[in-house]
Amino acid sequence: MKLITAIIKPHKLDDVKAALEAFGVQGMTVSEASGYGRQRGHTEVYRGAEYTVDMVPKVRLEVLVDDLDATGVVEAVVKSAATGRIGDGKVWTTTVEDLVRVRTGEHGADAL
Amino acid sequence: MDTGATAWVLTSASLVLLMTPGLALFYGGMVRAKSVLNMMMMSFGALALVGVLWVLWGYSMAFGDDVGAGLLGDPFQYFGLKGLMEDTTTEAGGLPAMAFVGFQAVFAIITVALISGAVADRMKFSAWMLFAGIWATVVYFPVAHWVFDFSLDEHVGGWIANDLAAIDFAGGTAVHINAGTAGLVLAIILGKRRGFGKEPMRPHNLPLVMLGAGLLWFGWFGFNAGSALGANNTASVAWVNTLVATCAAVLGWIVTERFRDGHPTSLGAASGAVAGLVAITPACAALSPVGAIVLGLVAGVLCALAVGLKYRLGYDDSLDVVGVHLVGGLVGTIGIGFLATANAPAGAEGLFFGGGFDLLGRQVVAALAVMVYTAILTAVIALIVKALIGLRVEDDDEVAGVDQSQHAESGYDFASLGGGGFTAGSGTVASRTATRPTEEFSA
Repeated sequence: MKLITAIIKPHKLDDVKAALEAFGVQGMTVSEASGYGRQRGHTEVYRGAEYTVDMVPKVRLEVLVDDLDATGVVEAVVKSAATGRIGDGKVWTTTVEDLVRVRTGEHGADAL
Repeated sequence: MDTGATAWVLTSASLVLLMTPGLALFYGGMVRAKSVLNMMMMSFGALALVGVLWVLWGYSMAFGDDVGAGLLGDPFQYFGLKGLMEDTTTEAGGLPAMAFVGFQAVFAIITVALISGAVADRMKFSAWMLFAGIWATVVYFPVAHWVFDFSLDEHVGGWIANDLAAIDFAGGTAVHINAGTAGLVLAIILGKRRGFGKEPMRPHNLPLVMLGAGLLWFGWFGFNAGSALGANNTASVAWVNTLVATCAAVLGWIVTERFRDGHPTSLGAASGAVAGLVAITPACAALSPVGAIVLGLVAGVLCALAVGLKYRLGYDDSLDVVGVHLVGGLVGTIGIGFLATANAPAGAEGLFFGGGFDLLGRQVVAALAVMVYTAILTAVIALIVKALIGLRVEDDDEVAGVDQSQHAESGYDFASLGGGGFTAGSGTVASRTATRPTEEFSA
């Protein structure tokens, strides 16, 4: 199993969610995140005092998938989250050792 | 009794009262989220305390018969407002004494509350309240006597109003220069906020600031037009001048920002409005409407430039009480010396209208006298309070936010996703409960 984590622009969440549903992904976890990459933040000026705001609001999306689906899901996320502009985010894949469904106690791929 | 005047003065007093909660919003939105309640409580605390002191001895110190040289009213003459409930008005006219007592009470309250902007995020609430009570008694009540207490029949008033005869219609000296100077001195003695000039200290809620500025502007019509103490032509001129000077100051501030920083900001518009209101306060009955536009523009531009001074000079006047109220108050008070026109109700002539340097000189003396008196007395009071109970909160309380240590409250629940606060917010909820000992609930 793989855990796919995506940091995306908040306004692209609906598009990504729709793309994943179309792919057949059954569930996902979404959290509000903030951070910056190469684009850095922006500056704001209050009564003449300039502040650099580094952290940009992002959405962190996590999906657990079967090994066979991993590449396809990553592709779906990248395609639906892209605007072509700086700050679109990143997607990465990690291997998951084990997984349990809390309600039934099922392990591994059965718990997906 | 002049019922029109009485109705207008009571209405104006109510308008001016609303300025203090408005100021609480204006200041509250400008601080960081962790100290918004303390910021607003300093205004409400000043409101409560000064309201009581005014009735007990404040009115008497400001408007009792002069005890010597126009410096102070007799504190015992009207102690507890004794003798003022009787109706002394005649059929021909007059304003009940209590209407004037109420109108002047809310001036005393807002002046003290204004100072709190200089000490945001770091002052003990107990120290603020002690300071506020002593400062009102030792500084504001006497200065109000100097500026607002006019001699009449056998009554002898204050020296700036009568002997110097400077023009301060609604309190450029007694209210704004006074509070601005006190803010500067108190901020210096209190010291800078942790991280001042290094960490970003962004306003946490600009819509609150805009709302507060709107309420201040609305209430200020009572402040200025109400100072005519009648429903008459002077009040009407003051009203229009208050409107137009403020509009011009908003434009002056945001145009300055546009050229200096690239963008006209909402904080700039709100600040410009207050700067314009401050500047027109002493001048609203002495200027033509066009003169008011000029004064407002100058105030907007100069105050927008002045708020940057604290970074260069290194004092932490957190919400720019100096840059807006002291500088705006000076622009208005001294501006009268240049822009006063004999056609206006005050009937005085400034330098630009053929009056020479006479009026200008008197305006400068009034401004300087209030600045010097306030600076010295504020320093003495602040050092006494510091020695008695200490001025500042502990360092870790300042980092956690004064709302927690001073009021045991939080302004906002930051659990951002729903579900009863047990999703993203669970950590916040748990730690917040953990900081309170359980004994507090059972006691």
